[in-house]
Amino acid sequence: MSSDVMAIPSLRPARQPWVEAAHEWITTVDHKRIGLLYIFYGLLFLVIAGVEALVIRIQLMFPHNDFVSPQVFNRLFTMHGTTMIFFVAMPVLFGFVNYLVPLMIGARDMAFPRLNAFSFWLTALGGALLYFSFIGGSGLYGAGNAPDFGWWAYAPLALKAFSPGHSSDYWTISLLVSGFGSIGTAVNVIATVLCMRCPGMHLGRMPLLAWLALTMAVLLILAVAPLSAAQLMLMVDRYLGGHFFDTQAGGSATLWMHFFWIFGHPEVYVLVIPCFAFVSEIVPVFSRKPIFGYPVMVAATVCIAFVSMSVWAHHMFTIGMNSYANGFFAITTMAVGVPTGIKIFNWLGTMWGGRIVLKTPMLFCIAFLFQFLIAGLTGIMMSSAPFDWQLSLSYFVVAHFHYVIVGGILFAIFGAFHYWYPKVTGRLMSETLGKWHFWLFVIGFHVTFDLMHIPGMLGMPRRIYTYDPGRGWDTLNLLVSLGAFIQAVAVLIFVWNLVFSYWKGKRAGNDPWDAWTLEWSVSSPPPAYNFATIPTVASRRPLWDLKHPEDPDCRYE
Amino acid sequence: MSTLASPMVEPTIEPTEAWTLPSRGTVGMAALIVAESAIFTIFVVAYLYYIGKSVSGPTPREVLEVPIFFTICLLSSSLTIHFAGKSLEHNKRSAFLGWWLFTIVLGGLFMFGTAREWYRLIYEHGLTISTNLFGTTYYSLVGLHAFHVTVGLILLTLVLVFGLAGRVRHRHSARVDVLSLYWHFVDAVWVVVFTVVYVIGR
Repeated sequence: MSSDVMAIPSLRPARQPWVEAAHEWITTVDHKRIGLLYIFYGLLFLVIAGVEALVIRIQLMFPHNDFVSPQVFNRLFTMHGTTMIFFVAMPVLFGFVNYLVPLMIGARDMAFPRLNAFSFWLTALGGALLYFSFIGGSGLYGAGNAPDFGWWAYAPLALKAFSPGHSSDYWTISLLVSGFGSIGTAVNVIATVLCMRCPGMHLGRMPLLAWLALTMAVLLILAVAPLSAAQLMLMVDRYLGGHFFDTQAGGSATLWMHFFWIFGHPEVYVLVIPCFAFVSEIVPVFSRKPIFGYPVMVAATVCIAFVSMSVWAHHMFTIGMNSYANGFFAITTMAVGVPTGIKIFNWLGTMWGGRIVLKTPMLFCIAFLFQFLIAGLTGIMMSSAPFDWQLSLSYFVVAHFHYVIVGGILFAIFGAFHYWYPKVTGRLMSETLGKWHFWLFVIGFHVTFDLMHIPGMLGMPRRIYTYDPGRGWDTLNLLVSLGAFIQAVAVLIFVWNLVFSYWKGKRAGNDPWDAWTLEWSVSSPPPAYNFATIPTVASRRPLWDLKHPEDPDCRYE
Repeated sequence: MSTLASPMVEPTIEPTEAWTLPSRGTVGMAALIVAESAIFTIFVVAYLYYIGKSVSGPTPREVLEVPIFFTICLLSSSLTIHFAGKSLEHNKRSAFLGWWLFTIVLGGLFMFGTAREWYRLIYEHGLTISTNLFGTTYYSLVGLHAFHVTVGLILLTLVLVFGLAGRVRHRHSARVDVLSLYWHFVDAVWVVVFTVVYVIGR
């Protein structure tokens, strides 16, 4: 391919003093840079929370191990969970959404660029506050305190009596602040998708990623706002002596559980819907076919978002709800499986009869399909209340949601990194390193999380700091920990690939995958203004129309 | 993998229809209002759930008086801000400023009502946020609403200052309407809060 016709070469001087470069990054309102900031930020916390996970696994490698103290162990699993959800998964996904949505819908930026920057810096402040608790948790008198009540912060534990000092306050404020950032991002994404589309880009012609980003944003608003409200209540309780969750004054600890899970369950879908979006973009391109059943995919996504708002209490079967509530939440939870199944069917339908190209992004997506299916199946097992009574709070649950988050979400994110890296940097990621990364991660993942189901079924509770030998958990825990280290090696290869390919990767050109959405029509990396002239589209695959004028899609849609 | 023979150019297929999109200000504000509604919903649910669950007094029936006058003030401010917006749309700038100022006065009166009520509750009845569950939920819900009224008043005053400086013109009409959308929302929430706190909760 000859080099860029459309891209006007960057006018910036080749070498900038680093102070100026840093100043530009900090004050930027460009959606692409903010997207990258989100991603860098998420990767930084991925390493931190990953190290926390490794320490947890070292502690659980052998019975009666004393690698860390029980207090530190409690802090570690709390920080690991909170960080991974709020400061790894969400920022990375927001980063991709920020970077890709305007490019895909033919816009020059998000609807509110300054709100966009503000949202990012709120999120950044949130993460900083959470980790500041290690220093300032006890009000600077005793160093080394962090929240230790688990990422749900269930009521009596999170109140003053059981969480003295300020570590819980940092947790609360951190989630409140980053929550406002998330709401800002969601407002921005909604306004961008609805109001910034290029001429011809009807809702029915948007790339699926834009549709799914819109759905995610709506769900995000409806999920994070209740969490913010609950955090405000917790702060009233902790700072002003309120009684919202204080059972001794008539308050209810159960109400916190409801409020938290009204956020907590839709949050899973906030995380997984963008991953569906990545898979929906990658699978067609590497199957050389348009997506199978576009309208059904959109309908299924909206349906998932809708149903996911009425399933939250399946996290609470063991608190003793009445049988009607149990029945309702069991049925709605099982019902989520239907639209999700439709989506998996459609991805398979897209691959069926296609000329599948097994490059790294596609490998990650195929693994995603298998693993997300299994994660969904264990989810349906647990949606049955009596089964859940048996296994709730066991390692089976831990295995289940890690299967969703690592096996589903993280695999799709890795796929997205490999797929869009050439657009962002202008260079392809190394296929060799990518395949090493993929296979090591698949092996590590399955060793860890397949085996983790078994100690759960044998009765190992979650969040225990150590265990007696001879219960049949010893070997399994050792293997689970070994798998975690294999995954860590794979992630190191991934990070090395990111760095190495930036300098040494093959030049990508505008469109290395022969793809069909608008982001591949601009240079790599795209210029600050994205499109020199705002494009006009006539079908869902504008670049197909352009490359095949003799047989354009717009003739059939 | 590329099969392109010709260099990439922007897709330029001629538009066959007029292309209009919703205003991003309105959509953004609508999305924000949905988020705010979700926050208020949680506080309202907590309020309803905790009615009559306080283990000590005072109870709402003993201390709360229904703020009819100030409610009328706040609700009618929705009307005046609507008139203000219409005036600007028809380019009657002094009428706009008049209605706008009237809106701020009505909102200010409402805040005065809340302040007086809180003063009475705290100093005459000894009800604070930590007294009992009623105090906790009452001050949180009414306080959250009062916070939104305050933010609204600050924004309205900002527009008034610009207006007095002659900077708010006909072409800003759509932006002013986005702000009135927020103000209408604050008023609508008061209908819910009023019903929950002073009708159901008493």
